[in-house]
Order: sequence, then structure tokens, then C-alpha cells
Amino acid sequence: MTDAVTALRTTPLHARHRASGARMTPFAGWDMPVEYSGITQEHMAVRTAAGVFDVSHMGQIEVAGKGALAAVQRISCNDASRLELGHAQYSGLLSPEGTFLDDLVVYRLGPSHFMLVVNAANVAADYAWIAEQAAAVGDVAVVDSSSRYALIAVQGPAALDTLQPLTGAHLSGVPYYGFTYGEVANARALISRTGYTGEDGFEVFVPPNTADKVWQALLQSGADQGVIACGLGARDTLRLEAGMRLHGQDIDATTTPLDAGLGWIVGWTKPSFIGAEALAAQKAAGTTRRLVGFELTDRGIARHGHAVVHNGAPVGLVTSGTQTPFLKKAVGMAYVPQQLSAAGTPLEIDIRGRITPGVVTPLPFYKRRAS
Amino acid sequence: MAYPADRRYSKDHEWIRLSEGVAEVGITDFAQQQLGDVVFVDLPAPGATVTAGTAFGTIESVKAVSELFAPMSGTILEVNTALKDHPEHVNSAPHDTWMVRVRVSDPAGAEGLLDAAQYEALLG
Repeated sequence: MTDAVTALRTTPLHARHRASGARMTPFAGWDMPVEYSGITQEHMAVRTAAGVFDVSHMGQIEVAGKGALAAVQRISCNDASRLELGHAQYSGLLSPEGTFLDDLVVYRLGPSHFMLVVNAANVAADYAWIAEQAAAVGDVAVVDSSSRYALIAVQGPAALDTLQPLTGAHLSGVPYYGFTYGEVANARALISRTGYTGEDGFEVFVPPNTADKVWQALLQSGADQGVIACGLGARDTLRLEAGMRLHGQDIDATTTPLDAGLGWIVGWTKPSFIGAEALAAQKAAGTTRRLVGFELTDRGIARHGHAVVHNGAPVGLVTSGTQTPFLKKAVGMAYVPQQLSAAGTPLEIDIRGRITPGVVTPLPFYKRRAS
Repeated sequence: MAYPADRRYSKDHEWIRLSEGVAEVGITDFAQQQLGDVVFVDLPAPGATVTAGTAFGTIESVKAVSELFAPMSGTILEVNTALKDHPEHVNSAPHDTWMVRVRVSDPAGAEGLLDAAQYEALLG
């Protein structure tokens, strides 16, 4: 136990989390806060005010040089040629079979400079894969710059009012999936209007040695509005309520964007990318299974790994499931056969031997009101 | 939170309060802290038998599911139906929130459980 804990990596905010009484848990090799005041309270704060999250475990991989666009186009399934400076794009890092090695957000920092934000568990593998593929393109440098950034997310309807007093950057002028540069609490920052909660909000990339100052400033700035520190537990329930996929659960190296209902992140019209042929073939043949949202109609909570049952036989698997604090419903995502994927289709989940009825429900479960 | 002296505790972090052969069973403050926000408690129907040391139900927090272990053997007399709509009572008042009432088959079995001081020592 002690050895395992010692081996875990820590973010620049680790001491702050410990000092603040957060409950810590190992996640993807990092010792991360799972909850501060409680998942329910944190979840509700993000839906009604805002929450501040340490997501510094996320990886950053930069791709730069004359061949940068070509390299990103090769490894990322979305069309980066349509990505303007100052904008970001959700995409997939696919295998030749068209399955997810990871999902990522691609930032266009310059005409020939991109930053890829990837999942913590996959940074090393992603970097190796991207560097290898970029070398084949040529004229490009790939750098794992994860240690150069602390990443702090402020998410919720009060996010803008919490962050704006700390920066000279004009935040309301930053569109969704856009970003700008500025100082936040006197730390130089890349400020991105992105997130993983289904709310308006920002993700702030700052130098590690300024992270504690920025973290404290955000909590202080938002205190009057009920803004609180949040952990990875609430991040998971928020993203699930918002229908956002989690790599390693809802999408992985056995599932494609088409299986996962993410055909919109595939750049069908761009010349080529890794996985393109497999996806084109799958599109032509039609998918046999589909990731759907579901809601249980009887008591119980479906969890990752539970079987989906139809006419007494297992037909699929639950990939994520929880009781969502805001909607107060037991919801989840599951792969089911194509013919059972239409909204309204009844299905059953085997919850530790108890066959519990549910119904296919459109994703997302929660959608914020347009502001 | 102090652990009440009017009951016994199991190493699985359940408490049991025995009176005239009938026991109320709940989980300890330590257990609810470890679980986090409880959202669902799944309990057997009255009449079901439970066996000391084996699972008789499940308790789910937002993030995880855990089994409830019977501190003593017996027959379920009653379940706390209020938990259906208010599972959060397990968090807010763990020592005042019994989950099941059990007619125990061998009241002397309580001697094998921990008293409050022993349980607190277990927690360290």
C-alpha cells in the first residue's frame, strides 16, 4: 500500500488538496482528489453555480513544424484543416482498425502548431504513437509538454463571473471551443472555453508553479456565488449526465466512432487518416451495435460491466452507470445491438443477478439551457 | 463522531443494537464516510434469513457499491422503508438509522462482536 502510494504521481495542487481535506484516490497513476465536500454537493454546485477542478493529470502533446497539419490530419480523425487559430476540436486518435486509442481535444495554437489534450492514462502510449506517425510525415516535432502545464477547470453557470475578475482577457468574446491567452491571477494562461461537465466553463492552462495561486484565486473569486472545489467523482457524474464518453469505459480500442455514436468527429471528406478505410467500410456495411443512453425504470443502479439482457439473453454491456445527482435518475451508457438502439426501446440490465428494467434514452440526459 | 456504547460493532463496520432478542442493524459513521453520498440501499424482504458474516444487502453511493454484512444470524422482521426515499439519512445520522430489524437466532453471538472502545481502537 505504502509503496503503491509513493509511486503515484502528483499534480502541482496535491499539497493543496491534502491540506484542504479532499479524499484522495489513485486514478490513472496519479493521486487525485475524488471528492471535497461530497459528490452530490459538488455536482449540484456545478449545475447551479460553478465548481473548480484540478485536471492537471491530463496530458498535453504539442505538434509543431511545417508538417504539423499533415501529421495531425494523419493521427486525428476529425478534420484539423477546418480548425481556425484560437479554436479547439474534439476528435479521436484511432488505430488502423478505426478504434479509439484515445479521444482528445486538438487546439490550433498557430498555423503549424497544435496542442493535443489527451487522457492521463494514455499519455505515454499516445506520445509514442503520435511521434512514430509524425516521423513518417516528416518536418515535424512532437513534444510531450504535459509537465509544463497545470490545468484547472472552472465549470458552471457562474464560471465566467468567477474567472473574469481575475483576468484582463475578454472572456465573453471567447466562443465555445475557442481559446485565448491572458493572465489569470497574474499567471500567464491559455484560457479555453471547454470542459467535461455539460456546462459553460473554462479550462485554464497555467505554469505549474502558479497553480496554487490560481486555484485559490478562483475559489475566492467565486465564493460568494457558491463556487466550490470539486473532485473527479463529480467530474464523472457530470460528464455522464451530459452524455460525454469516457475513454477506457465507453470508448476504447475495441470500439469505433460509429459504434460510439460519434460519427460527427470523423472528417469523412478529408484526404486520409489512420483508420479511415476501416471506418468507410464499416459505414458502408452498417454498424451492428451502438452506444446508447438508458434510464432504469425500476430501483437500482447499473454499473460498468453489467450485462444488458433482452428476452433473457445477454446482448450487450453497460459501459458507464450511476445515479445522477441532478436528474436524480439511474442512468448509464451501454453497447446494444443496432436493432435495439432506438430511443424508447425497452431493455433490461442484470444488476448482480437482479434483472432491472430500463429504456433507451436519447443522449445527453442533461442539456444546459442556452444562455 | 463518538461511537455509542449501547451497541456492538463488527469489523465490517456495521453496528447492531440488541434488545430482547431483536437487533437493529446499521452502518457506522466510519463506513458512511468511506462510502460517500449514499443513493441506494437494497435490503431483503421481511422473513428472509441472514447469516452472520455473510452479505444480506447492498448499499450504493454515487461512486461505488458495497455489500452489507450481517453481524449476527437471524430472520428479518422489518426493513427501514424510509431509506427508499431518503438514503441520505445513512450519511447524516448513521447511528440513528437502522436498516433492518432482525430476530437473532443466538443472542449470545453478540459477545463475539466489538464494543465501542474496541471498535474505535480498530479504526486507530
